[in-house]
Amino acid sequence: MFSFKKASGLSKKAFINYAIVIVFYLVFQILVSTGNITSALKGQLIPITCYMIMAVSLNLVVGISGELSLGHAGFMSVGAFTAVIISSAMGNASNPARLFVSILVGAILAGIAGFLIGIPVLRLNGDYLAIVTLAFGEIIKNILNCLYVGIDEKGLHFAFNNPDALGMDPLGKVLINGPMGAVGISKIATFTGAVILLLVVLIIIQNLVNSRTGRAIMAIRDNRIAAESMGISPMKYKMLAFTISAAMAGSAGAVYALNYSTLVPKKFDFNTSILVLVFVVLGGIGNMTGSLIAAGILVVLPELLRKFSDYRMLVYAIVLILVMLVTNNEKLKGRMDIFAKKVRMKISKGGKKK
Amino acid sequence: MKKKLLSLIMVGAMVLSMTACGQSGNTGSGNTGSGASGNGALTGTLKLGVIGPLTGGAAIYGNAVANGAKIAVDEINAEATGFTIELQAQDDEHDAEKSVNAYHQLQDWGVQAIAGTVTTTPCIAVSAEANSDRVFMLTPSASAVAVTEGKDNVFQLCFADPNQGSASAQYIFDNKLATKVAIIYNNADAYSTGIYQTFKAKATELGLEVVSETTFTDDTTDFSVQVGDAQSNGADLVFLPIYYTPASLILQQAASAGYEPKFFGVDGMDGILTIEGFDTSLAEGVMLLTPFSADATDDLTKNFVAKYNENYGEVPSQFAADGYDCAYAIKAALEFYAAKNGGLDVTDMSSADLCEILISVFTDPDFSADGVTGLGMVWDANGQVNKQPKAVVIKDGVYVGM
Repeated sequence: MFSFKKASGLSKKAFINYAIVIVFYLVFQILVSTGNITSALKGQLIPITCYMIMAVSLNLVVGISGELSLGHAGFMSVGAFTAVIISSAMGNASNPARLFVSILVGAILAGIAGFLIGIPVLRLNGDYLAIVTLAFGEIIKNILNCLYVGIDEKGLHFAFNNPDALGMDPLGKVLINGPMGAVGISKIATFTGAVILLLVVLIIIQNLVNSRTGRAIMAIRDNRIAAESMGISPMKYKMLAFTISAAMAGSAGAVYALNYSTLVPKKFDFNTSILVLVFVVLGGIGNMTGSLIAAGILVVLPELLRKFSDYRMLVYAIVLILVMLVTNNEKLKGRMDIFAKKVRMKISKGGKKK
Repeated sequence: MKKKLLSLIMVGAMVLSMTACGQSGNTGSGNTGSGASGNGALTGTLKLGVIGPLTGGAAIYGNAVANGAKIAVDEINAEATGFTIELQAQDDEHDAEKSVNAYHQLQDWGVQAIAGTVTTTPCIAVSAEANSDRVFMLTPSASAVAVTEGKDNVFQLCFADPNQGSASAQYIFDNKLATKVAIIYNNADAYSTGIYQTFKAKATELGLEVVSETTFTDDTTDFSVQVGDAQSNGADLVFLPIYYTPASLILQQAASAGYEPKFFGVDGMDGILTIEGFDTSLAEGVMLLTPFSADATDDLTKNFVAKYNENYGEVPSQFAADGYDCAYAIKAALEFYAAKNGGLDVTDMSSADLCEILISVFTDPDFSADGVTGLGMVWDANGQVNKQPKAVVIKDGVYVGM
């Protein structure tokens, strides 16, 4: 957990996060270019990065702002489907441009969705807030299940609950076909693009947390009444964190969508929201580094466990429980503290060595 | 700090272990091997991958396909003709993302051709990958048009959705099964909505009166509104283009409401008899359109059903039959090519070379495959299969041909 006395160490922490991301990028980029990587892992690089963005963005709400949100996948889906529409609508532009604009518009629309949902949701507290976010996540999914979007020479066509109402030219193409989702998405997402987005998201979040605004958000989390008496408006700051978090989830969704050739609203259900929450909780609430690492490991883990065939998800669950137990075990923590101190001493003796 | 340290060590270990795998991963290269054995014989070992939901809500389909394919592979290997198949089935939990992962896992294993994927949405995602990687895919049961659209390397062994919907409407009309039809479909599911749309179009064209259209989503367990709507509108046939789990609930709730119309399903309904705890007497009289009926009397089907029953203790569903046929269709195609080109050794052949061979054979007008889901199956250039649909009805707890 963040606390104020550690505030001076924040910039160092922030630096570690950038370093982790850059090392992660360089290592895998080298592995890919030298061909020393399994195609299993290569295919997962972009989704891993997307889940990392999801995890740090949810950590902003859960860890920094202190509100439990169970509908994060809903914002991801807003960004994802927006990206599908935008990338198709600008079919002639270059791929990086399409990716950039898709991410941008996806993030903006998800941010708007976050703002609108935040108005009622953030009036609640605690468990009630969690349940309402869950409900809104499901509402977004079900709205997308009823959404039909097509494109033809005249432009985009939208319809609700009835694909016949699109009124398109016979030559037009249906982009989003209700529950059947989108098919034939051009796969323009790149690992480099995803990592740049992750860095941008980290920069935004870490600078926010370190700023006056971030301290206000954390003050509300720690003691709302005290913060209010200092003249801090809880609604304003909570809304800010919630909206930024939603926008970032939207940007992650945009990259995710453009990495697969098909996308269905069903993907972004309650389970996906919980998955991201698991990353945040296991990585440590409020701990961005933890979120990054937990997301990376927990996305890859089910694939590494394939040799257990039918017992795969059982083993996965056991690993989750073990991680929970180990990271909360005081004895182990003590031992690792000693170990960490020794390492630190050695490092300081060893001078500039990393 | 200490947590971070441990995590970093774990990450490091993981990266190392994965790159270690990377070096042993073999995608197969060089050695086109054609003509190696002469005499038009097919030799070597083919690495065949199956991708499907082996766990989760759609597991019955994935397991049935994997089991069916396993039986075919065991039979082929037992023939000892010098051609063997190595089979590996990977789980995708009926999720596009997981399915692409499973596909990459198979690639690391060195897969040469894929019999899969089993369900529609994952198949669309995987087929796009396979198309750019040039890996041949024959899907046993992913029925959407988008699966094969624009991808020359993807073929379907099952009917495409439009065919299923319109063939159902045609069948109901031709056999005068009903005048007033109700449709209950899952509007959160690609498969269900796809069949509904084509059924509706065809029914309107034929003049079948659709009196009730109701929808549900994946989480629905109470179907009283949908059943009640069909009942109050006097539908004498309810068309259920849905999977078997909701279908079983609809049958239960219709029975308790005292509503006894005819029920007509499509291939997703197949499997309803194997649900644990389901009273199969409720499914009595349910009709479904499927290319496979387990009580057919030809030797091929009898042999397959007997073996499946022996190994897995149940009557095979259409999905098992699809899996079985997929393995045999790929073998038949390779034999066809070997016979024409003076032999073929598939060992270590790259998936891309094999893909070109299989595409050329499957689109060859002279090529046809026989299987338990139909004799003389032929494929068009779009990858869609042409074979005769059969309707079956459930009688005394088993599927009986109509």
